Amino acid sequence: MSAPDSLKNVKHVILILSGKGGVGKSSITTQTALSLVLKGYKVGVLDIDLTGPSIPRMFGLEDAKIHQSTNGWVPARYNKDLSIVSLGFLLGSKDASVVWRGPKKTAMIRQFLKDVTWPDLDYLLIDTPPGTSDEHIAIAEELQFANPEGCIIVTTPQQISISDVKKEINFCNKVNLRILGLVENMSGFICPHCAECTNIFSSEGGKNLASQLSLKYLGAIPIDPLFVEMIETQKDSSLLDSYENSRLYLESFKPIIDGVLEEIRE
Amino acid sequence: MIVVPKPNPSLTAPEPEHCPGPESENAGKEESCAGCANQSICSSQIPKGPDPDVDFINDRLSNITHKILVLSGKGGVGKSTFSSILSWALAADEDLEVGVMDLDICGPSLPKMLGSELESVHSSNSGWSPVYVTENLGMMSVGFMLPDQDSAVIWRGAKKNGLIKQFLKDVNWGKLDYLIVDTPPGTSDEHLSVTTYMKESGIDGALIVTTPQEVALLDVRKEIDFCKKANIKILGIVENMSGFICPGCKNEFQIFKPTTGGGKALADELGLPFLGSVPLDPRIGKSADNGESFLDLYPDSPASTAILDVVDALRDSVEGS
Repeated sequence: MSAPDSLKNVKHVILILSGKGGVGKSSITTQTALSLVLKGYKVGVLDIDLTGPSIPRMFGLEDAKIHQSTNGWVPARYNKDLSIVSLGFLLGSKDASVVWRGPKKTAMIRQFLKDVTWPDLDYLLIDTPPGTSDEHIAIAEELQFANPEGCIIVTTPQQISISDVKKEINFCNKVNLRILGLVENMSGFICPHCAECTNIFSSEGGKNLASQLSLKYLGAIPIDPLFVEMIETQKDSSLLDSYENSRLYLESFKPIIDGVLEEIRE
Repeated sequence: MIVVPKPNPSLTAPEPEHCPGPESENAGKEESCAGCANQSICSSQIPKGPDPDVDFINDRLSNITHKILVLSGKGGVGKSTFSSILSWALAADEDLEVGVMDLDICGPSLPKMLGSELESVHSSNSGWSPVYVTENLGMMSVGFMLPDQDSAVIWRGAKKNGLIKQFLKDVNWGKLDYLIVDTPPGTSDEHLSVTTYMKESGIDGALIVTTPQEVALLDVRKEIDFCKKANIKILGIVENMSGFICPGCKNEFQIFKPTTGGGKALADELGLPFLGSVPLDPRIGKSADNGESFLDLYPDSPASTAILDVVDALRDSVEGS
């Protein structure tokens, strides 16, 4: 057995995981991709959340399509350094539901890894659905021989989220996937009127979890309504440009991405 | 573990272009299946004739008056939180018997939210007994069957279906006025199984939970499409985490911005009832973490009022019909 053909031009593979839904896996994937592009790397994003693909909307590519060439599927392009594959690109309408049982999802993921022709990439980021089920088993099996660098675990600070995330960490250990570090998302909200910080989803949960399981704690990201706004208004101003100058990138995410890169280099 | 695993069907090759789907009735029989390496797997996997277990399930569920599914395509919008608050609210009425079933097998949250994490399920010859949170509120979750809280349930779809069937077939709910079914995000195995198995005994409908931002609404639209395909009535849409009132300056702020109009606009667009918006209140999350009832602790908060309005609207829609 060897690594899937589609990955032969890819240097590093990173997964974004979380046992819990709605903690921001897709927005962390988006931010990681943008930050790596800003650092001058060539990046690919593969979205394997089949029943709820959010990546196309994140990059404002809802109308993009994947094309078939003689070599396989050609990813959609955000710009010359950023290519994206998601099931969302293959669906006819944004309202159509994908009601698939496990075997079909497994087959789809296998096809994503076999048939996509990625350009030369420094980093391939894989965004996953919540849970530890078919999609996760499938991707772990497919990547078995591809030496993925590891995964970034995303959590929110509340206990409910932490207990699901512990299950995901347990999963990583079982399939021998290295954990590059843990990110605490939605950590506090800074009121734009009075600058008081409220911990809507309590606080420090991720940090405590990381030290308890001796994982690397990459950092916390506050709730920033500006990011949602950047995503929603990217038709008027490029997402990459507005992200580059945002406080979110400069203050919160830059140290996180440096932490990830440092971990990979070791 | 009490659960008997079913064999995992796994496909050996990618599906052909016009694949009817391994779960469809025509799997392995369609024209496009000819020559596909999976053909024998698909055609052998389909049970012949009606599932004999459906009769047992109908029998078990025949004493339950109202069955409500809590759905959302998106994760983390508050399905479990809302299910738990809904069941506390219903159980506050002493005349009602309420049951909650947690189908989120990979991430069960209800045991923690209802404060009964350390309980375990007992089985007797009449079936599995649900765990009772209060006298008239019973609960069933895969969380009770795990050896420890941190262990991951790494199951493929087929195995999850087996457990869901067992939940429906073997749990001895007794006579219930309400059964609330909490589901995982997405539109996949769990959703297909629960709707298939419960169809004959009658589902009152689904309550759709969403948050205001478009990224969530996108997935919720898919879930609504699923309900239509599966012929499930939609009782209404609830918008959770709507606005946030800063405790410092009392200004309201939209954290998850409804750039496309939020849940209300979606409900209007699709002609569905909109049951109300519940504001974001950090105390809701905190009481869920501690397994306490938010409604009992903060009965006067604006969030409680909003939640009770939603519950009333829901009861009207279910009991009125």
